[in-house]
This record gives sequence, structure tokens and C-alpha cells, in this order.
Amino acid sequence: MAKARLKEQKIIRDWCKGCGICIAFCPKKVLELDAEDKAVTVRPEDCICCRLCELRCPDLAIEVFKQEEE
Amino acid sequence: MAVTDYLRERFFPHMWCPGCGHGTVLNSLLRAIEELGLNKNNIVMTSGIGCSARISGYVDFHSLHTIHGRALAFATGVKLSKPGLKLLVPMGDGDALAIGGNHFIHAARRNIDITAIIMNNRIYGMTGGQFSPLSGPGKKATTAPYLTIDREFDIVELAKAAGATFVARSTTYHAKESIEFLKKAIDHKGFSVVEILSQCPTHYGRKNKEGDAPQMLENYRNNTAKIGSKALADDPSLIARGIFVDVERPEYCQEYDQIIERAMKE
Repeated sequence: MAKARLKEQKIIRDWCKGCGICIAFCPKKVLELDAEDKAVTVRPEDCICCRLCELRCPDLAIEVFKQEEE
Repeated sequence: MAVTDYLRERFFPHMWCPGCGHGTVLNSLLRAIEELGLNKNNIVMTSGIGCSARISGYVDFHSLHTIHGRALAFATGVKLSKPGLKLLVPMGDGDALAIGGNHFIHAARRNIDITAIIMNNRIYGMTGGQFSPLSGPGKKATTAPYLTIDREFDIVELAKAAGATFVARSTTYHAKESIEFLKKAIDHKGFSVVEILSQCPTHYGRKNKEGDAPQMLENYRNNTAKIGSKALADDPSLIARGIFVDVERPEYCQEYDQIIERAMKE
């Protein structure tokens, strides 16, 4: 099976409160907090689309979109 | 349907603190409902008072934001008048087991088809961090500056003893597991209880030096274990997670229908 690749990690900035849960538990360290304490995708190429950030986000601010398989 | 289709997005960002576990419970609950493919017009959510109770304002179902501890009483009324509806009742630990303790045990005793979700953060967050019947001994709270001396309830044992026919426990760290338990609880015919340990970094975490939200989640990972696992057998002091009860017993509304039938014959 081909490796799942990230198409887009949609983060609603207005909803993110910067708690850092997505960052602390991302197995591939894809996310970081920016200067305004909001989660941002910094290493999209490393994302394995496990969606743990999306499922744990207490602010319901993250949505992971996978690339369609070719 | 996407998860956001079940939300009243106009009320976002929500009012819960940064890192509050209640948001994760809302997240898991919406995913469970989405995966079950439920029609939002058939869902009624009732809630009481507290941080946890604000959840009913954020979901695009029929919702009742009621009085402290009485969410289950309102839900019982709705369910008896319209048994075809799905009743979801998220409550905080204080709302469910202190103020609403009696409603909780009697709803369980009747086995009425309602899903109770207890978002257990072990403290009264909204009013400033007073200890609750779930805080347990040796904890700091605004009302216990020299530590608590009360023993806590065990929600699972309480629900079991009161007669709930589905009882499960998970944590906000174990989001996938929570979704699985919530799906089973919602599908269950009878009174189902899902306790989800939910971090309060603002009050409980800060007063008890448990660190920030990620640290508190890590504690859930390290201090809990699945029932039947080797980890739990080796260290019984861990908090057990899993489905503790899943049995069938006559459901209250069905029994009540029979009463109506009997009365109509006379």
C-alpha cells in the first residue's frame, strides 16, 4: 500500500487557542506554534495522515486532507 | 457529512480554556455521531450547568441547556414523550454526581434509553476551582487550600451498582477509543454511561502541579490501562479503561408502552 500523503492540513486560526496538544503528540513533529501562539504546519512532507491532531484538537480547529491515490 | 455540519459554527471559537479536555470530548462525540450516520434532527442533547454544560450550545441538534444537575431529568421527560429520539446527556463530574447524583442513579436504575457522557475533570472549573466529589483525597482546590480529605466516587462502580446497562471509561488522550465507546453507547438500548477523563489545566492542573494540557494528557497515557491488559494486572493502581458493562435489560420506555396498552384495554 502506498504511503498516505498530506494534501492539506487546514487549521482555523481563529479557533486555535495554542494549547500545543497537536504539537506535543504529533508522531512526526509536523506542527509548531508560530509567533502568535497558533498551530501551523511546518513539515507537511513528513505527515503520515494519522489524524491524531484532528481527533485530539480541543478547539476543533484542525482538519487533515489526504492526497487522492493515483 | 463533515464534523462541522453538526456544529453551530457561529459560536466558535468556543468559550473553553486553551487545552480544556471538554473540546476534545465534543470532538469525539461529533465523530461518533458522524460515523453512526445519525440524522441531527433526531438527536436531542440536554445539559445542566457548568463548563461541560456549555456543550449543548455548540451542537446543531435539538438542545436544552437546563438547570444544575437536572440534565438527566429533562432528558427523561423528552425521552418518555418522544421515545424515537436519541438522547445525549453530557455532564460534568459535579453536575452528574454531586448536584445531579440522585437523577443519575435513578436514570441508571430505570434503564431508560439515554446516553450519559460524564466529562470528568475532577473539579468545578466555571466557578473557580472548587473540589468536586471526583477530586479524591489529597488534592488542592480553592475550597481545599490544605488538601481534600474526601474519597472520590468511582463512576464505573457507581453506574454498575445503580443498574446502568452499558458502562465505559476512556480519556481525552485516547480519542479513538473514546469515539469507539461513544458509538457503542449511543447504539446501546438502555441507560449507557461513558466516563471520559478530561483535563482542566486552568484549575485542577495548575493547583495540583500537573502541568499544562499536553502534560496532563501524558499523565492519562501513563496512569491508565485497558481492562484485561498486562499493564493493569502488573500495576492495579492504574485507572482502568474499557467497556465494563454491556448487558441487556428491559428498557424503561418499552415497559411504559406496555402499561399504556394495559390501561387502554380496561
